[in-house]
Amino acid sequence: MSDDILIKARDLSVHFQISGGKVFGPKPVVKAVEGVNLDIAKGSFFGLVGESGSGKTTLGRACLKAAPITRGSVTYTDEEVNYELTSVDKEQLKDYRKRSQLIFQDPYAALSPRMTVRDIIAEPLEVMGLTSSREETDERVREIAAKCRLNLEHLRRFPHAFSGGQRQRISIARALVSKPHFVVADESVAALDVSIQADVLNLLKEIQQEMGLTFLFISHDLSVVAHVCDHVAVMYLGRLVETAPTRDLFAAPRHPYTKALLSAIPSLDPDDPKVAQKLEGEIPSPTNPPPGCKFQTRCPFATDICRKDEPKLEHSSTEHVVACHHWQDLMD
Amino acid sequence: MTRLIDVENLTLQFDTDEGRITAVDNVSFDLEAGEVMGLVGESGSGKSVTAKSLMKLNASNAHYSDETKITLHLEDGEVKVMDLNGSKELKVIRGGAISMIFQEPMASFAPAITIGDQMVEQLMIHTDMNKKRAKEVSIEMLDRVGISDPATRFKQYAFELSGGMRQRAMIAMALSTKPKLLIADEPTTALDVTIQAQVIDLMKDLVKEFGMGIIFITHDLGVIAQTADKVAVMYLGRLIEQGPVREVIRNPSHPYTKGLIAALPSLDDLDVPLSPIPGDIPSPLERPSGCVFNTRCSANLGARCSTEVPQFTEVVEGHNVACHLYTEEAAK
Repeated sequence: MSDDILIKARDLSVHFQISGGKVFGPKPVVKAVEGVNLDIAKGSFFGLVGESGSGKTTLGRACLKAAPITRGSVTYTDEEVNYELTSVDKEQLKDYRKRSQLIFQDPYAALSPRMTVRDIIAEPLEVMGLTSSREETDERVREIAAKCRLNLEHLRRFPHAFSGGQRQRISIARALVSKPHFVVADESVAALDVSIQADVLNLLKEIQQEMGLTFLFISHDLSVVAHVCDHVAVMYLGRLVETAPTRDLFAAPRHPYTKALLSAIPSLDPDDPKVAQKLEGEIPSPTNPPPGCKFQTRCPFATDICRKDEPKLEHSSTEHVVACHHWQDLMD
Repeated sequence: MTRLIDVENLTLQFDTDEGRITAVDNVSFDLEAGEVMGLVGESGSGKSVTAKSLMKLNASNAHYSDETKITLHLEDGEVKVMDLNGSKELKVIRGGAISMIFQEPMASFAPAITIGDQMVEQLMIHTDMNKKRAKEVSIEMLDRVGISDPATRFKQYAFELSGGMRQRAMIAMALSTKPKLLIADEPTTALDVTIQAQVIDLMKDLVKEFGMGIIFITHDLGVIAQTADKVAVMYLGRLIEQGPVREVIRNPSHPYTKGLIAALPSLDDLDVPLSPIPGDIPSPLERPSGCVFNTRCSANLGARCSTEVPQFTEVVEGHNVACHLYTEEAAK
């Protein structure tokens, strides 16, 4: 598996200049993503979790070249092409757009209210010039619609006639109609009710296996990630703090932040004796991150070294990587 | 414990362009002081509208049926909510005896008025405090909900606060008039899990301290399990199951409640496939006859379910369910 990497990010950083600061001084910079190394294997369902403001959306977009890459590299490799996203030319970028797609969070905002569902799903095909005739376009639209459990009757209607779950299925159909290899799903089930959420997750899983897709699944909900992803990366303030195969991560989380995230999930058992390891405070502002380990301001185990030096990612096992000075001391 | 509120036969319809739709259908429940009731259901099930009815806070196209009776038991006598008319009379309950916390704290604070001024304003309307005293009380409340440096926050605007901080300020504001009943409409849905855990703890402490009743609206059964004493499950405007939280979560009886629990991704067993409830919640314009859930129910008994509205049956003491599966058994 390890040599079969679809997306490889090395020292990836995305910085944004924001307004404010002194009149003639340097503009403040938000380091939304800083020095991230990431390998997404072909055909995997890769989960990216973190609180709001941790930079997970920006990282996802950088992998699609939809956010400016300040430093580092992202390499995309499939059977046919090999792109270095920081140096692709116009033609290559156009081709990359066919190979990668994004599914948005809010199915109410992502679909044009003035287009029929058929037109919404057909648009990528027409824009990218993937089909030569209307018949062919219709054929492709019908095929993907059936996969996403939308019937022909649905295709003639406008988005307002659909419920949240159905709309999300339309967005999925639109993203997949160009037969991409790599799909970023950004909080794709966060706006849905639990019963519908389960349905959409099952659909994504099914389609992924059927079409051999690679997913980058961005979510703040760890229990959802636990169920669909095979590999998980945890982000905090622009850094990856822990990466591991899903089962490994949930059975033996190493980073105190991951542990806290897991214990904060409300349990269904009203008498759960679990002493939740409650985090104090909130994620610091990315314009003014703390020195040393980014998590030290909220970490119950922080010591002097955490306040001075930023921890490097270390292997706790072959596939389990953690960035914490004290992960070994914290093993139970 | 003393009875706080009785809701009997609450039926509410809205006039819309497409006709009159039933949003709440014959809902009855009661709440004691110091008790937390969870109100659960999918979007569109009528949970928010039900809660807002307790303050007659619904839009002007709302029609309450003549049988609707809402009685609030206050120290100085009973208040029949349905008999109150006009904002002057309703002031006694709106923000006085009953306060509400909304889902999106950014949208519930006025953006151009400081947090402090908003808190002082409502204290001066509902209590006989002077401005100086109201300011002291407000700062004290901000401190009480765990906002650091409350005197500074008092002078700030909503946009200067982070999401978790805003929700705390919202809670401080709702509680400063010492309401008898607090309605919390999805108070943690927009928050990260770690912040959600903090807010839940805070609310638990406040119930203990102030002894008020809380109606906690959410679609997250995990949050309910951790906070509520009893649960009411709603579907398409009807209450379908009601009982103590342990009972309902451990022995869900209605097929809908069972479905909701089965659809939740559980962290204890990652191999269990997610099982969605088939289909979508029907539009309120096309309410099914008989049991409202019969179109999606896996245990559908046929003609009886689609013609006859099931009445509440007691499965265990205090645990009621409206489903023909149980009326059948009771008849035998």
